[in-house]
Amino acid sequence: MAKADGPFNEMGMSDEVRGPYADIERWLREMPSDKLELKRREAETLFRRVGITFAVYTEGGDPERLIPFDIIPRVLARAEWDRLSLGLHQRVKALNAFLADVYGERHILRAGKVPERMVLGNESFRPEMQGFLPPAGAYTHVAGIDIVRLDADNFYVLEDNCRTPSGVSYMLENREAMLRLLPDLCGMHKLAPVSHYPEDLLDTLKSVAPPACRDAPTVAVLTPGSYNSAYYEHSFLADEMGVELVEGGDLFVDEGFVYMRTTQGPKRVDVLYRRIDDDYLDPRTFRPDSALGVPGLFAAYRAGRVTLANAVGTGIADDKAIYPFVPEMIRFYLGEEPILLNVPTYLCERDDDRKYVLEHLHELVVKETRGSGGYGMLIGPQSTAADRAVFADRIKARPADYIAQPTLALSTCPTFVEQGIAPRHVDLRPFVLSGREIRVVPGGLTRVALREGSLVVNSSQGGGTKDTWVLER
Amino acid sequence: MLSRTADGLFWLARYMERAASVARLVQVGNRMSNMSLSLDNPGNEWRSTLVAAGTEPGYLAKHGEIVPSLVLDYLVLDPENPSSIVSCIETARRNGRAVRTALTVDTWEALNETWQQTRALKADRLAADSLPGLMDWVVQRSLLFCGSYANTMLRNDGYLFTHLGTLLERADNTARILDVKYHVLLPDHEGVGGVLDYYQWQSILRAVSALRSYHWVYHDRLKPWLIAELLILRPEMPRSLVACLAHVVDLLEALAVRYGGQRGECHRLAGEIHARLRYGRVEDIFQFGLHEYVTQFIDDMLRLGQEISGFYLNVR
Repeated sequence: MAKADGPFNEMGMSDEVRGPYADIERWLREMPSDKLELKRREAETLFRRVGITFAVYTEGGDPERLIPFDIIPRVLARAEWDRLSLGLHQRVKALNAFLADVYGERHILRAGKVPERMVLGNESFRPEMQGFLPPAGAYTHVAGIDIVRLDADNFYVLEDNCRTPSGVSYMLENREAMLRLLPDLCGMHKLAPVSHYPEDLLDTLKSVAPPACRDAPTVAVLTPGSYNSAYYEHSFLADEMGVELVEGGDLFVDEGFVYMRTTQGPKRVDVLYRRIDDDYLDPRTFRPDSALGVPGLFAAYRAGRVTLANAVGTGIADDKAIYPFVPEMIRFYLGEEPILLNVPTYLCERDDDRKYVLEHLHELVVKETRGSGGYGMLIGPQSTAADRAVFADRIKARPADYIAQPTLALSTCPTFVEQGIAPRHVDLRPFVLSGREIRVVPGGLTRVALREGSLVVNSSQGGGTKDTWVLER
Repeated sequence: MLSRTADGLFWLARYMERAASVARLVQVGNRMSNMSLSLDNPGNEWRSTLVAAGTEPGYLAKHGEIVPSLVLDYLVLDPENPSSIVSCIETARRNGRAVRTALTVDTWEALNETWQQTRALKADRLAADSLPGLMDWVVQRSLLFCGSYANTMLRNDGYLFTHLGTLLERADNTARILDVKYHVLLPDHEGVGGVLDYYQWQSILRAVSALRSYHWVYHDRLKPWLIAELLILRPEMPRSLVACLAHVVDLLEALAVRYGGQRGECHRLAGEIHARLRYGRVEDIFQFGLHEYVTQFIDDMLRLGQEISGFYLNVR
């Protein structure tokens, strides 16, 4: 158990268990560790048989690695979730409004709330999107908002993922695994269900069908292919929604419309849930060397003949340098105070901030503005003097590429590791859907840093996942 | 459905069937080589197995001469041989993974588990005492795959393309297994109709799970022309050429009906091949030459596969 002054333990201390964890705590005390180990192995066999794997490019060895699954669930009370959910609605609404604005009238830039240069001069800004409003003004149809807790009362947003966030298949499969492996424990609790996510996703995608679509819209999932690390998720979602999973080569544009090649000839596609990055979507508009995309797709999109979800250019909303301005966006567009907190962030391109960052590298987390997946990061307290010297040089050379934040004492949850049950740091990625309305399935993907003391939860860095329970009572 | 998906299903089914076919061929080769006590021509049976599997040139290019243990390795484990059992399962699984949404969970799991266990195979499983068990296992996994999709897939075009792949490959495989006998030379002191000849024919029947069936159909001792008739012309024999082709014709017709009556050269050709089998006589086949007949049939299957592909699967 963590000391009272250590990070916030979501289960509470042994003498004072927090309400939502009461049954879990008792169950853990009664569960012999060899039985837990048995369940853990059963879970692994299950995941491998179903083929829920994640390719990690940098390692040798198994090309189809499993993301470790921890069988001890992470629990949220309904009241905690309701507040979080309100905050997510609010934040995603503001992010969509911001995107419509920066690609439209640019009110927020003219009002001086976000520095114009940081938006228009940003690599993530797509000039090709200017003057085009996608159906329903929805840009980030699927957003993964990464949330951390530092205490019982506050949720912080660590980052917004507005491009093609992944992980939702784990949220769904983790629940399936729990229901199968630990039916008694699940039955003891009244769990808010998550399995309707694919239906919500399909409704969301249909709700943003392009103006040219007159009949029931045809939806498809566009994947880079079976060698992509998230391919399992692409096929899983297509399957659950009952729509085709297509690759670029399966599509073509004719007379401005998008078609799939089928055994019965061409079939029109109205909405593409694309899991290909902007750069690779259309060799005519973006990278000409892309073999993954569809020539002419972007023109069809702008002509209102196909909808792309997520929209092109959403990267400007989740850029790490834009992140500090999200609370201001909420005030500007919605006239509300933010419900979710932002982590204080230093922009290294600002002279004062940079000076502070360089003097406090040993206690800060430094991130590349364009980095993701936990790569290109410095965690000050766990770094060596040599690491810090390298980052100091990089920051001085390209200050605009770096931001820094205080090292957060992320909350912990009990986790089954080699040494037994021990607290490990966690975060939470809820998935927020934006179409004609905004919806969130209760819970999300809990990621856990399995190594003792580690704060990096990314699956590409050896993190694991847990099922996330929202208790109805 | 997507042409690419149909193509993936078709080849997935073909490769699972082919894996079992190679296993069946290895069983024939193994039994024959264990029976031929004469040492006049060591490796004779294994050469015939390589020829029947269509892999002799590749093998000779790699190993130069026939060495039974190397032949086994080449046919079962060698990833450089695209028709080795391991390669077939690898290719099947790759196709399956690319069309996952079109597979039922049961079918996928049958395939994925087979692949995982195949990846763990070690060379010691080719030892004389464990080889037959391993080959039985491969055949069983292929049967499990067929049973899974036949029992769980929606009866839509995806099912039709999968089944088409299985049957086209099965017809081709029965023809190849039948042809093994042609390539095995009888030792000088053993004549046609002798004991060894008899056991070689018996091995062929065993390999296509048809020894019992033969006795039920003919109530007679094994005779080459009856065996050929059983495997080529008898509709009640499920792996016979005529039975497979009857299914192929039905499946192509079902697709045509489903797709608003569109038909192409593949429909005509399948009908023609089936008609030849349906009205064929075993006397004529032997007069023409069994080996020649089988060779022509294998060529026909190749053409039919190309026509199906051009009409449905690789339309650009």
